[in-house]
Amino acid sequence: MKTLFDYASRECADGLFPECDVPSAAPSSVLGAEFVRSRAPRIPNLSEGDVARHYTALSKLNYGVDDGIYPLGSCTMKYNPKLNEDAARISGFASLHPRVDVSLAQGALGLLYELGKILKSVSGLPSVSLQPVAGAHGELLGMFLFKRYFEARGESGRKRILLPDSAHGTNPASAAIAGFSVTEIRSNERGTVDLDALRKELDSTVAGIMLTVPNTLGIFEENILEVTRLVHEAGGLCYFDGANLNSFIGRARPGDMGADVFHFNLHKTLSTPHGGGGPGAGAVAVSAPLVDFLPVPRVVKAGDEYRLDWDCPRSIGSIHGFYGNFLVAVRAYAYVLQLGEEGLRAVSENAVLNANYLMERLKTTYRLPYDRLCKHEFVLSGEGLPNHVSTLDVAKRLIDYGVHPPTVYFPLIVHEALMIEPTETEGREALDRFAEILETIAREAAEHPELLHDAPRNAPVRRLDQTQAARNPVLTYPFRAEG
Amino acid sequence: MAYPTTFRYTKDHEWVEIEGKRARIGITDHAQAELGDVVFVELPSVGAVVKKGGQLGTVESVKAVSDVFAPVGGKVVEVNKELETSPETVNQSPHADGWLAVIEMSDPADANDLMDAAAYQALIG
Amino acid sequence: MRYLPNADGDRRQMLEALGLRDVEELFSDIPAAVLAKYESTGLAAKSELEVRDALERAAAANEGSSRVSLLGGGIYDHYTPSLVGHVLARSEFYTAYTPYQPEISQGTLTAMFEFQTLVCELLGMELANASMYDGATALAEAVLMADRIRKRGRVAVAANVLPQYRRVLDTYAWAAGIEIVDVPFDATGRCDWAKIPEDVSGLVVQTPNAFGGLESLAGVKAKLGDALLVVATYPIALGLVEPPGSFGADIVVAEGQCLGLPMGFGGPLLGLFATKSDYLRQLPGRVAGRTVDADGKTGYTMAAQTREQHIRRERATSNICTNSALCALAATVYLASVGADGLRRVAQLNLAKAHYLADGVRRIRGAKLVFDAPFFNEFVVRLAEPAGNARARLAEAGFVVDDPAELEALGVGNALRFAVTERRSRSELDRALAVLGGKR
Repeated sequence: MKTLFDYASRECADGLFPECDVPSAAPSSVLGAEFVRSRAPRIPNLSEGDVARHYTALSKLNYGVDDGIYPLGSCTMKYNPKLNEDAARISGFASLHPRVDVSLAQGALGLLYELGKILKSVSGLPSVSLQPVAGAHGELLGMFLFKRYFEARGESGRKRILLPDSAHGTNPASAAIAGFSVTEIRSNERGTVDLDALRKELDSTVAGIMLTVPNTLGIFEENILEVTRLVHEAGGLCYFDGANLNSFIGRARPGDMGADVFHFNLHKTLSTPHGGGGPGAGAVAVSAPLVDFLPVPRVVKAGDEYRLDWDCPRSIGSIHGFYGNFLVAVRAYAYVLQLGEEGLRAVSENAVLNANYLMERLKTTYRLPYDRLCKHEFVLSGEGLPNHVSTLDVAKRLIDYGVHPPTVYFPLIVHEALMIEPTETEGREALDRFAEILETIAREAAEHPELLHDAPRNAPVRRLDQTQAARNPVLTYPFRAEG
Repeated sequence: MAYPTTFRYTKDHEWVEIEGKRARIGITDHAQAELGDVVFVELPSVGAVVKKGGQLGTVESVKAVSDVFAPVGGKVVEVNKELETSPETVNQSPHADGWLAVIEMSDPADANDLMDAAAYQALIG
Repeated sequence: MRYLPNADGDRRQMLEALGLRDVEELFSDIPAAVLAKYESTGLAAKSELEVRDALERAAAANEGSSRVSLLGGGIYDHYTPSLVGHVLARSEFYTAYTPYQPEISQGTLTAMFEFQTLVCELLGMELANASMYDGATALAEAVLMADRIRKRGRVAVAANVLPQYRRVLDTYAWAAGIEIVDVPFDATGRCDWAKIPEDVSGLVVQTPNAFGGLESLAGVKAKLGDALLVVATYPIALGLVEPPGSFGADIVVAEGQCLGLPMGFGGPLLGLFATKSDYLRQLPGRVAGRTVDADGKTGYTMAAQTREQHIRRERATSNICTNSALCALAATVYLASVGADGLRRVAQLNLAKAHYLADGVRRIRGAKLVFDAPFFNEFVVRLAEPAGNARARLAEAGFVVDDPAELEALGVGNALRFAVTERRSRSELDRALAVLGGKR
């Protein structure tokens, strides 16, 4: 595949910008020679058609939700409504500078305020910040809030965060940035937090626990009330990673489970697109004791007017240059307005029904380490497949069938994990087709294992040499030496 | 691959070859096989003082990072610079050319509780 | 609900296959006490048409979006070529996930590789990641990285860094236990190199700075000993201005909004992050690399992943996972569309128009530029009248201008900051000058 830098420059790049209608300014005289760029960046000058074709060709090497089922566990790759995209492109939103006077941005502030209100209601928590721009950014905010809370209470000795061994990698990484150390709590044979192991760790050095609810096995912590009670009794706080909210939205609220901090992934639960790795949005809702510490500025309503409140002396400060990913919030708001309460409930119903239906069908073909009611996702294991076929082989073979593979090798506590989340926006026939493909692949593993070992064959590239990429990293285009 | 009987081993899959106060350290054949293609080795600096059981360095494959712990305490007097450019040596020759560092032991008794080749082979099965 | 394809009949059959009678049985693992406490959001479902109308109305209430902008301070009203939006609207790009399965993500990965190369070319650096959330968080991550490398627990920061960068930096530094030491600015509004403290892990400067002035980076690196030089910059300016990499900067970050992203009320934005090759293992965030497939064909994959949270967990170089991939694609297509020549041309338009406005201001009685430093497209003025009055008259005439309170907080009272991009016409600038000069 050609890169942009493999195209030869043309002499046709003008026409985008007008002729200068003011006296021209010679850079060397207005800036001084010291500041004038001595060597132009190596970017080819191309016709618009060249560029359009190049990126169209690249797009065809990708797979998106519009191409078919995208069963990545814990990622909630559901359909992204087109209205969301149109809404975010309305000029009144897209062309709004973040520094305009609040009186000139009432629509935007109102939207943030109203979305915040909905998120408070969904979470059952009294306050929310829309500043975090990704799930991990929400986690980071959560850890900052923990830190400030204990500082304010004179309990800076609380330096430990407890984490189930099934936790997503961002959890320990976020805790570490805020200066916490991490203690893993093992899961029990049912795939949930081992209460005895938890009790043993709880003491005055514990700042709190980070839980994913339901957890990364797709299992709801039945003892959630006991877990949060124990942590609270020990003086700690409870963080809930909300990546899996689509499994209980409209039916249960983290605030009623003992959450002190709950982060939403608007790019998962509320249908905003993943963009090939962002931008997302990671709104955070908090319990009463943490409200004062939320970031500034905060969107508030005074009478009929929306304002930005900067006067929050106990706040942790800011975690984003402005107000978070506003245009992502617009998309999420468009979605939630369409759904309404009934729609939110239908989301969790279909997410959980789809996952259980698929799990029930596939558990006879693949090993299911935790055979019990799941929520929006479940984890199979490729262990025990014949002929040295691995989970990775199964994933790559799925590509040959034109389907995106599930999340593989996560969570870490399941060997050869295949983590499957069908999402609520797939219908029964799509689930049946996906199951048939996985069943066919299991047969192939026994009868024609080479089809799996060599997969993919029907993809833009075959398996890539990751070892070479790591040993001799080529991270920028190797321009030929000049001169 | 044979596990040299002149070496001592740890449960974390390091080996040590002791000559007087000098302890040459590497990771075992079992460890490199579990890890897969080694793509990077992080070595301590010469002169660093490490405690027995403390972190000596890391060995990385494409998708895993494995800590290397010091089987004995003391001062790092030599490191295998070759690994910076050819980390694959750890895979090719884990018990010889793929050594990581030499520690000058502060307490020779540190080696007493390490396993011999037979015990280590029993451990890894 | 038209986003949920299962019909009632499907759901019944699926429940039957599970041996269940009622949907509620699927939620029997959630404690009954929790289910019982649930309270409805009270939201009524709306049709697409109704929601669209409601959003159009909300957008129309953002009067600021249609005013003539002289606003800057890190976010600028630049022109985006039409092609950028069309590429971004391709669902193969915007509905895809992070490219963990490289064989069916070559589009995203190739674009990431191009983006990293473009960032290095622009900033004059050797190594760039695939993006951070925004310029401010990129700077905060740069400071964490500098302190990981030098471990002194102290970082010097120029006092003329844009406040939104500083706020975020202060929060991250507090959490990480890093002390921030201010470096004052001199009479030209630029960082006073004589006042760099010793024993710091790095020095942070921004060019153009919060006053629009270009920092003179020549020779700074030599004053720092082994402390890292961390520079925040403005990519469009680099169409004309020598990039920080040429002055030995160790880490360069930037806000990439100017490269084809809408202002969007401040988000999503795009953090650019570049450094020297030697620091690869300390780099935060994702990075794409070139390799070959099983047939020897060139392809791209995520590289150096052992730095990242999904492998190194609490010892990762950052917790970042989702970044600003689609915004990075926008910047990539923007730069591909304008090319090196177009980038220079747009920078030249900014320079000429900003200097035209500045020259006009200088001719107004009692008005002057506050700082005598070279600037690109943004500058600070003081008038014979109170800044607030002039701003109010500009607002009446349909312009939007920064609130002087922010400059005041930086110690520059009664002053206005103007930013002028290629989108401003001479007639708009003449109108602004007429308002400032007291003419109608």
